[in-house]
Amino acid sequence: MLELAAILPLGAPALPLDEAGKYVAGAYIVFVVLLVVYVAIMAAKVQRIERELREVASFAEQRKGADREEVNA
Amino acid sequence: MYGKGLRPLSIATVAMLALSLSLVFFYAPLDADQGFVQKIFYLHVPLAIVALIGFVIGGIFAIAHLRTDNRKWDAYSYVAIHISVIFGVAVLITGGIWAKASWGHWWVWDEPTLVSFLIVFLLYATYYPFRYAIEDRDRQARYASVFAITAGAFVPLNFMAVRMAESLVHPRTFATANGGLPGEMMFTFLCSLAAMALLWTTLVKFELTAKSASGQVKRLRRALDAPVSGGSSRIAPEVS
Repeated sequence: MLELAAILPLGAPALPLDEAGKYVAGAYIVFVVLLVVYVAIMAAKVQRIERELREVASFAEQRKGADREEVNA
Repeated sequence: MYGKGLRPLSIATVAMLALSLSLVFFYAPLDADQGFVQKIFYLHVPLAIVALIGFVIGGIFAIAHLRTDNRKWDAYSYVAIHISVIFGVAVLITGGIWAKASWGHWWVWDEPTLVSFLIVFLLYATYYPFRYAIEDRDRQARYASVFAITAGAFVPLNFMAVRMAESLVHPRTFATANGGLPGEMMFTFLCSLAAMALLWTTLVKFELTAKSASGQVKRLRRALDAPVSGGSSRIAPEVS
C-alpha cells in the first residue's frame, strides 16, 4: 500500500482545462465510437435479413408459378 | 412483436442522452478536487452500474429459461449479456482514461474495484466460446443458462466483497447516505444513469427484434423448403 501511495499522485492538484479536456473528450469519443460500431454491425445484420427475405419471397413466387403451370397442364 | 415500441423507446433514449450530456457540460459544477476530468464520472459510473445490473438481468432471464424451457428466455439472456459485455468494454476503456488523468496510470493492479470489474468482464467474455463450443442447440441453451445464473449470482457477491475490502485509490461511489454528491451533481448523475439504462434497454430490444426477424425468415425458408443461403449464424439463439 505504501508502494502504491508512492507511485500515485494522491491529492495532486486538478489537471488544467486544456489537458483535462483531452481525456474527457477521449472518454466520450470512445463511447460514441463503440456505439457507432455496434449500430453499424446491427445494420449489416438487418441488411442480410432483408436480402434473405427477398430470396425467400422470390423462391415462393417461382414455386407458385410452377404450381400454376402444373395445374394448367 | 419485439419491434413494438422500439421507435418511441429510441426517441426517448436519444432525448435522454442529449439531456444528460447537456447537464454534464453546462449544469453540473466542476469538482473541487478533480476539476474538469471528473466529467468522465457521468459516463463511466452509469455504464458500470448498467453493465453489472445487465449481467444480473441476464441471469434472471436464464432462470426463466430453465423454469419454462422456453427458448425465448435464452435469447433474452444472451442479448442482455451481449449488450452488457459491450458496456463493460466501454467501462474498462473510459475507466482507464480517467485513471490516467487522475492517477497518472492507465491501470492499478492493487485496486480491488478495478480488478474485480475486470474479473467479472473476463468471466462474461468466456460466455461466448463456452456457448459456441456446444453444437446441440438445446444443450447449448441449457448450459448457457446455467452459466448465466452462476455468473449472475457472482456479480452481487463480488460487489459486496469489493465494498468490504479496503480501497486504496478508487473512490467508493455513494459510500455515504446522501451519496457524497451535491444536489446538481446528483441530479446530473441520475439523468446519466437513466440515459444509460434506456440505451441498454433500446439496444437489447433492437437486437431481439433483429433476431426475431432472422428467426422468422428461417422458419419461412424451412416451411417453403427453400434453399439455404450462406452467412447465417448457427450459434446465436433464435427468436421466433
